[in-house]
Amino acid sequence: MTRPDLAALSVGDVIGQRTVTFDRAALVRYAGASGDLNPIHWNDRFAQEAGLPGVIAHGMLTMGTVVGLVTEWAGDPGAVVDYQTRFTKPVEVPNPGVATIDVTATIGAVDAEAGTARVDLAVTVDGAKVLGRAQAQVRL
Amino acid sequence: MANADFEGRVYPADAPYSVGREKIREFAVAVGATHPAHHDLVAARGLGYPDLVAPPTFAVVVAQRTEAQYVRDPEAAIDFSRVVHADERFTHHRPIVAGDELTTVLHVDRIVSRGAISMVTTRCEIYAMPQHVEVPSPEAETPGEHVATVTSTLAIRGEDA
Repeated sequence: MTRPDLAALSVGDVIGQRTVTFDRAALVRYAGASGDLNPIHWNDRFAQEAGLPGVIAHGMLTMGTVVGLVTEWAGDPGAVVDYQTRFTKPVEVPNPGVATIDVTATIGAVDAEAGTARVDLAVTVDGAKVLGRAQAQVRL
Repeated sequence: MANADFEGRVYPADAPYSVGREKIREFAVAVGATHPAHHDLVAARGLGYPDLVAPPTFAVVVAQRTEAQYVRDPEAAIDFSRVVHADERFTHHRPIVAGDELTTVLHVDRIVSRGAISMVTTRCEIYAMPQHVEVPSPEAETPGEHVATVTSTLAIRGEDA
């Protein structure tokens, strides 16, 4: 697998774009895999009692999924040395149906001395941002 | 309202979490991580890792288990039906790999309440224990090799928010 060349990167370069979907099964699968069994991610009644319109995706499912764009581009999942985000808007997952998430990854900064690039992820549902300041530092 | 007395508390290294290959594969499938280093031993070793590499957010599995010591404590007054996740950060000093025995020191860094909303920030310092050690030593300066730092903020709405 080829690794990106740090010297060839410029701030503003779009390194990837993708659309991912979550259905209710994806939420249940993530709940089991992660151990996060909070019922707001699988029980509509519980979610509504908590003041939500219905079941929402785990913020960590969205965060964990969209970084795949970065690890695949980097050619090495261990190259992501730092990754952070704010959760700005819940992702509602209908039943039946899917939530559709659009992801664009852009170079936000290049630090030649440290050998790292910062990748900024724009993550939206129907044009509304669901993650804020989603940034991954990648060692190349 | 989260109990502000917990700010500054440090919970000592907990019982080790054993990172298994199938858990890495299962978590990778759940987050749609298709990179072969999560699934295929030959691919992981080809990149220089001793075993399968965990996805960048896998450490949340370890961190949430450790955070439960604090957030599930009734004295902490964190009502989980009123919690939303506000932010999360992972800093990897080295990637987590299958075979790691991880122990975590939990810090309650910050508890701030404004109006009916409490913001609680925790920090998990995750260490890989030396292979021949089965329980964290209370005397050791650190429980092992520092692998990752996971910082998480929860927002808790009060009854009238």
